[in-house]
Amino acid sequence: MRWKTALTGSAALVLLLFCGDTHAQESHVGKLNGNEKRGKALYGRYCIFCHGRYGDGRGESAPYLDPKPRDFTKAVFKCRSTPSGSLPLDSDLYDTISRGVHDSGMPSWKPLLRQERVDLIAYIKTFSSAFQEEKPGAPVEIPPEPPSSAESIRRGAQVFESMNCWSCHGKDGRGHGPSAAALTDSKGYPITPFDFTSGSRFKCGETDRDMFRDLITGLDGTPMPSFASAMTTDQRWDVVHYLRSLSSHGTHAQLAPISQ
Amino acid sequence: MKSKFSFIFACVLAGLALSMWGLAGWASPADTPSSVKGTVKFAGAAPKPSRIDMSQDPLCAKLHSTPATTEDVVVGGDGGLANVVIYVSDGLTSHNFQPPPQPAVLEQKGCQYNPHVLALQANQKLNVVNADDTTHNIHPTPSNNREWNMTQPHGMPLEQSFAREEIAVPVKCNIHPWMKGYIAVFKHPYFAVTDKSGSFELKDLPPGAYTITAWQEKLGAQTQKVTVSAGEAKTLDFAFKQ
Repeated sequence: MRWKTALTGSAALVLLLFCGDTHAQESHVGKLNGNEKRGKALYGRYCIFCHGRYGDGRGESAPYLDPKPRDFTKAVFKCRSTPSGSLPLDSDLYDTISRGVHDSGMPSWKPLLRQERVDLIAYIKTFSSAFQEEKPGAPVEIPPEPPSSAESIRRGAQVFESMNCWSCHGKDGRGHGPSAAALTDSKGYPITPFDFTSGSRFKCGETDRDMFRDLITGLDGTPMPSFASAMTTDQRWDVVHYLRSLSSHGTHAQLAPISQ
Repeated sequence: MKSKFSFIFACVLAGLALSMWGLAGWASPADTPSSVKGTVKFAGAAPKPSRIDMSQDPLCAKLHSTPATTEDVVVGGDGGLANVVIYVSDGLTSHNFQPPPQPAVLEQKGCQYNPHVLALQANQKLNVVNADDTTHNIHPTPSNNREWNMTQPHGMPLEQSFAREEIAVPVKCNIHPWMKGYIAVFKHPYFAVTDKSGSFELKDLPPGAYTITAWQEKLGAQTQKVTVSAGEAKTLDFAFKQ
């Protein structure tokens, strides 16, 4: 009889653990584990004014912001290391929170403790059931960058032409392509293509590796598509070198070929 | 002991008989599939489609000897309304449908979507084809599915799918802003898209009472109720106006 009681008891315990597990949303970045409850408190303190109580991006400040705050209920994120259409990794969200999103209302949240940023991620993930139902895709691989050269930049310019990058970013890379005026984000708000001559920081990270990754993942929720199968690895590096050459901050500004 | 064996034997026999009866039941009139067919008409004078200016991409413009036109309302010669999605929106008793093995195909041709409105089943494979020399990006903006956005140069294979029902997912090409289409995703196989004749047929329906919805991207949706008995072919007509 005793073994039966023990069995029932342990079964109940397992059930309890299991149920407890499915209810709390988790996040993991490196060795840190996020806590949804702590994240909720932080969210109410720092994020709610823009992203809103329900995480739908309709906080009190939202009407005054352009671009609009992210709607977490859609679970669509610009800056990811995962393929287009995939959920981001926790580390992707961590990077965005830490870095901030340049040219938007989203500041860098580096003043928060690392643990706090990871807690926030656990809470942000509760706004969409997608984080319970789906798994993020495998992060893209970024091979070592070959050195930039006049030849690489020239090839990059050709890829920029053949891939129709110019239809949004313009033949001179200033973001005034023929399709630029018609572009909207997936919420229907007008969105401006990046001006590569500005030397301004990119939304999803400033390094060449970030640019390379953006070409594979695309910026979901915006018109910027994924070039995952459309370009080879070499072509992607060539495009990165070409785009760098368009800005006076680039290392090869003097070589900038302006394609017509 | 002997009686136990004969009991098992009798059970097996009964089971066999039951399954035979079940198989025979497939062909019996009670389960003969029914169908709903009909026509969707556009009431009144057909609106004149607008010309599309493709001059920003010469690779698109040169594909059209006469200017391409918008496809938001396409009316055939005898008033048939094309690109209307007709589907069972209520009344199905079964809810477990496997997607068909063959993929649905969406082609980018002449810098337009062919078909302009595509219908497929959830989790059915979708082959996206770029038949043009120029590079497209195919960008569905769903509300109930994952959003993705892929660049596709000529000839690049691209296979995707949608996991959940949604009528309908708008699809666009950001490179060519005039390119717009729709993909209707269903959890069941009872749907059809009209051509320029406006005619449709929903085949192999189990007998029952259904709500049939006709959806058009610009003119909205209409519903009608229909009851089909075994083997019956009902006719259902819709008329849209602007």
